[in-house]
Amino acid sequence: MSFINYSSREINCKIVYYGPGLCGKTTNLQFIYKKTNPEQKGKLISLATETERTLFFDFLPLALGDIRGFKVRFHLYTVPGQVFYAASRKLILKGVDGVIFVADSQIERMEANIESLDDLKINLAEQGYNLEKLPYAVQYNKRDLPNVAPLEELNKLLNADNVAWFEGVAPTGVGVFETLKSVAKQVLLELKKHY
Amino acid sequence: MAGSDLVMYEDEFQKIDEELQKLHQQANATVVFLVDKNGQLIASAGDTHDIDTTSLASLTAGNIAATGGIARLLGEKEFTILFHEGEKDNIHISLIGQRVILVVIFDQRSSLGLVRLRVKKTSESLTKLFDDITSKAEKEKLEGKTAESPFAEISDEDIDNLFK
Ligand SMILES: Nc1nc2c(ncn2[C@@H]2O[C@H](COP(=O)(O)OP(=O)(O)OP(=O)(O)O)[C@@H](O)[C@H]2O)c(=O)[nH]1
Ligand SMILES: [Mg+2]
Repeated sequence: MSFINYSSREINCKIVYYGPGLCGKTTNLQFIYKKTNPEQKGKLISLATETERTLFFDFLPLALGDIRGFKVRFHLYTVPGQVFYAASRKLILKGVDGVIFVADSQIERMEANIESLDDLKINLAEQGYNLEKLPYAVQYNKRDLPNVAPLEELNKLLNADNVAWFEGVAPTGVGVFETLKSVAKQVLLELKKHY
Repeated sequence: MAGSDLVMYEDEFQKIDEELQKLHQQANATVVFLVDKNGQLIASAGDTHDIDTTSLASLTAGNIAATGGIARLLGEKEFTILFHEGEKDNIHISLIGQRVILVVIFDQRSSLGLVRLRVKKTSESLTKLFDDITSKAEKEKLEGKTAESPFAEISDEDIDNLFK
């Protein structure tokens, strides 16, 4: 649900990073934070456990620039990937405008990826959303590791609808901005349809 | 699609702003905020210079969402008021019309009793204002009105420029 303020001439949109535990969602946000100019970003807020696992959410507000005199802001959130945080994940999806599914490319994480994607679809459906109609992209992260599944197989298992997908190595930023850009663009084009 | 976008025009914004200014004054508050349930700041009154309003908005919404989740687990509807007492500053958070969150930060120059009383009045006015906004938006949607939309002409180039 975007918030369009004609008075302050701002558009705010919400993008959520989803995916199994340790797949690299928080790392995506950290890289974006590191690489954006101070005037474009707010604080990166991480509600995390002592071992740096996301406990509730990470939040990063990004002001990208202007479109037709309107300030465009994206609010980026990550969900906690660990299975037992299911209730929190539902809350964070509320009012979402676009979703990025970060998959862990390692072969041994395939089941966790599939489970997380199912969880995403169920949680969206509960709120009346349909993933097929939502701005959405997939990032196959951790491509730098030796034991990764081939892209073909990842696409078969995790991208049945053939949406935009990207290879990622989040700590060094490979694919990070490309993925964000893809979904941000879809979100703005969605606004164009409605307004 | 679930829920609808929140669209706010100049005159509505002004009315909301007036309500917040009034509350800020009458409750003797340090700062007053209005936040969308999804964590987006709508408006504020008072001295926000030293406050990271964007973060505050997102965390407040997270707070309301989390306690709302707890409420549902307990079979409660929703906790509509949260109050946190600090050493210097106190924060009073209330849910208005299921849609927006009113945040009042105050210190010893005010009191919980006064804040409660004033928040109640403001809630009523804001509820009405937001009802008006919603019905106006619905009406415009029905009439297929697209006002002075800045989005109708967004081009791929505009979007690419954002990511330079
Ligand atoms: N080698 C490698 N390590 C990565 C990559 N992306 C993330 N990591 C590491 O994986 C670990 C977990 O990353 P996080 O970003 O915290 O994972 P998360 O998805 O936020 O996990 P939760 O918060 O539990 O849901 C960290 O140690 C990262 O440095 C990658 O592309 N390659
Ligand atoms: Mg995390």
